[in-house]
Amino acid sequence: MNDQLKNMTADVTKGLMTRREFVGRAAALGVTAAVANSMLASSAEAAAHAAPKRGGMMKIGSSGGESTNTQDPALTASEVPLNNLRAWGETLVEVDAGGELDFRMAESVEASADAKQWVFKIRKGVTFSNGKDMTAEDVLMTMQRHSNEDSQSGALGIMKGISSMKVDGDNFIVDLEAANADLPYLMSDYHLMIQPGGGMDDPGAAIGTGAYTLEIDEPGVRHAFKRREDYWDSENRGWADEVEQLVLNDATARTAALQSGQVHIINRVDPKVAALLDRAPNLSVESVAGRGHYVFIAHKDTAPFDNNDVMLALKYAINREEMVDKILRGFGTIGNDMPINAAYPLFDETIPQREHSIEKAKEHYAKSGHDGSPIILRVADGAFPGAVDAASLFQESAKAAGIPLEIKREPNDGYWSEVWNKQPFCASYWGGRPVQDQMYSTAYLSTADWNDTRWKRPEFDAMLNSAKAELDNAKRKEIYSQMGRMLNEEGGVILPMFNDFVSGVSENIGGWADDPNGPVMDNKSHIKCWLKDA
Amino acid sequence: MHPILKLITQRLALGILLLFAASILIFAGTSILPGDVAQSILGQSATPEALANMRRELGLNEPALTRYFSWLGNFLQGDLGTALTNGRDIAESLGGRLKNTLFLAFWAAVISVPLAIFLGLLAVRYKDRWPDKLISAVTLTTISIPEFMIGYVLIYWVSIKWGMFSSVAIINDGMSLAEKLNAIAIPVMVLTLVVLAHMMRMTRAAILNVMQSAYIETAELKGMGMLRIIRKHAFPNAIAPIVNVVMLNLAYLVVGVVVVEVVFAYPGMGQYLVDHVSKRDVPVVQACGLIFAAVYIGLNLVADIVSILANPRLRHPK
Repeated sequence: MNDQLKNMTADVTKGLMTRREFVGRAAALGVTAAVANSMLASSAEAAAHAAPKRGGMMKIGSSGGESTNTQDPALTASEVPLNNLRAWGETLVEVDAGGELDFRMAESVEASADAKQWVFKIRKGVTFSNGKDMTAEDVLMTMQRHSNEDSQSGALGIMKGISSMKVDGDNFIVDLEAANADLPYLMSDYHLMIQPGGGMDDPGAAIGTGAYTLEIDEPGVRHAFKRREDYWDSENRGWADEVEQLVLNDATARTAALQSGQVHIINRVDPKVAALLDRAPNLSVESVAGRGHYVFIAHKDTAPFDNNDVMLALKYAINREEMVDKILRGFGTIGNDMPINAAYPLFDETIPQREHSIEKAKEHYAKSGHDGSPIILRVADGAFPGAVDAASLFQESAKAAGIPLEIKREPNDGYWSEVWNKQPFCASYWGGRPVQDQMYSTAYLSTADWNDTRWKRPEFDAMLNSAKAELDNAKRKEIYSQMGRMLNEEGGVILPMFNDFVSGVSENIGGWADDPNGPVMDNKSHIKCWLKDA
Repeated sequence: MHPILKLITQRLALGILLLFAASILIFAGTSILPGDVAQSILGQSATPEALANMRRELGLNEPALTRYFSWLGNFLQGDLGTALTNGRDIAESLGGRLKNTLFLAFWAAVISVPLAIFLGLLAVRYKDRWPDKLISAVTLTTISIPEFMIGYVLIYWVSIKWGMFSSVAIINDGMSLAEKLNAIAIPVMVLTLVVLAHMMRMTRAAILNVMQSAYIETAELKGMGMLRIIRKHAFPNAIAPIVNVVMLNLAYLVVGVVVVEVVFAYPGMGQYLVDHVSKRDVPVVQACGLIFAAVYIGLNLVADIVSILANPRLRHPK
């Protein structure tokens, strides 16, 4: 790191420069946003770790909770239950802010030369909150529960590539059907919380190896936790004596609760008010570039989207900068019609960015020979925040290029079961995945259930598989780069923007560090931060 | 049989019949909701076998009529079943939510009903003068503003700027009454502002109507004071319409406050119902629906009976 950068990093840490300014100036010095962010994260972490304090009651206000929620990790799909899981449970490994493995229930991991067998050494001396020792046997049973077809687990897709699992002493051994260099990253999936006996008897018992125990469980209202005295990693996590999570789904209720000091941390600050909120006293708005993105998806096997000139016309017609400005209010970055950005490891910076060009859109539209009948884009408010407005912007810029885009509003209710992945052209969003392989395998593999663009290319699948087996990172990067370019040119995904994770944090919170893996420090803010006045 | 007792029995029987009809509507309504419970629970990635298993487990393959009668039978015995989504006992979770809803409605009613009637009387006393105009203008303004807007405005001033009451109305059993009242203070204000105008205007109209009668003129000629005339002669004769509108508003306070619940994150029944509708958790939706229907029918029944009792002509039929 050169001196100028070092000084700037120090300035940010001291609060003399905002993160946004830093990233901007670092870019001027030839540093990419992702690198700049991770530099900040590490320096912020250093500053934050100066004086952690134990004690007090931390309150977080979260959206994404319903009275239908359970504590069963297999069924967890939204933020409130995920925060609960993080409080009482832990996975084999986690992915840290820099994209490296953070070993939790596993102490280390080793791969065979062909990346088909993976051996996790299980940490010793860790106890569950019910007093029992955590063993490799518990790990095995947890994984077996999530691999069961009837388990209804959200991690079932991840477990599908595993041919067998076994325990050997303190080791948990996974054999794969095909090589996968990213397997440890897959094991960081939040569904895979290690539970005693795999949670087979009582999956929702909320017994795990985390820093807290669940004391009060009122789904859709609040969840309260108490710190465990016997937590194995109390040097690094679990600072507050008590943690309370209030379910505040209404965006205004959430910001009001933060402003009036009733909660310390809130998730999902509405970009519309984020800049205003940041000016309020005693709190700050933290935004971090993530991997989540908003998309317009077209089925590549359905007319007119099977005609690549139509796709290219649409891709050139969309005005990405305008969308980031107006829909995300600057809390985001432009996309490049591929689901990967600089927040991913092994991202190729040299892939050319597609620019907004009415001329090129016109040219491709004319070349496509499309009959001029309306192209119907289905959209609902729930597709992503501001989806309807984004569709209108898209419609306007398409009109300028002579493309007859027609918007069809759909109800939020039933959008994910009736429209998404069923209708040929609609709005949607994706949360990111820790690694490129997982993102592609989930949504762009020919056989994937969630292949929502009907992208079926044997050569693409072959590249994905060869990248999986490749342990040489330079070669993997090259393969991923080719895949990205292919989607950018021929894919059915129109990806105008990546959204930032925007959170509101009270001044009283210490230890906040940006984490691109997920919102509110990858949903670990309540276990990693502390109260300054505790 | 005494005619009043007969009337009340008739009304009660009618109420039960209505409730029965409502139960059929609720059951039919939930059956035609688009989407399938099993699919909603398991999500998009569900395999066909898992779906079939789930449907069998939930008894979704039985004919609708069989399901209806077994549901109604269990309901009458107090067994509301378990929620499909998280396997919790519905009676238990619903009980807590219902208690909260009634708690909020009770305090909103305790403040708004006397206040509305008092303001109504005051408006009559100063009819067409500035107090009357002021009361009407203010209450009509608050009823015209959407309730979430009033909520946000009050949160901004009362909670954030003045730091007086909590903006989050989450209450629980561990709190003392004072703490609970502090938590629900702003929602109670909002609800009061929302229901005030309707009751106030009705009180005013009903009393003004009576005030045009000959016996009021007689009282005036006797030299009786205005407020006394209203209290002794006009109000008793205006009770029936006032009770009707009060009951309608009470019913609203119980069944119609979902927006206020969301704004203040209040753990009442409205939010609970909405969550379960979006997850197609039919047993919960049915239970909530029936309870709401019972509250509505019950309160209207009370209004009917009170207006009968308040009317001497109905009380002493020839």
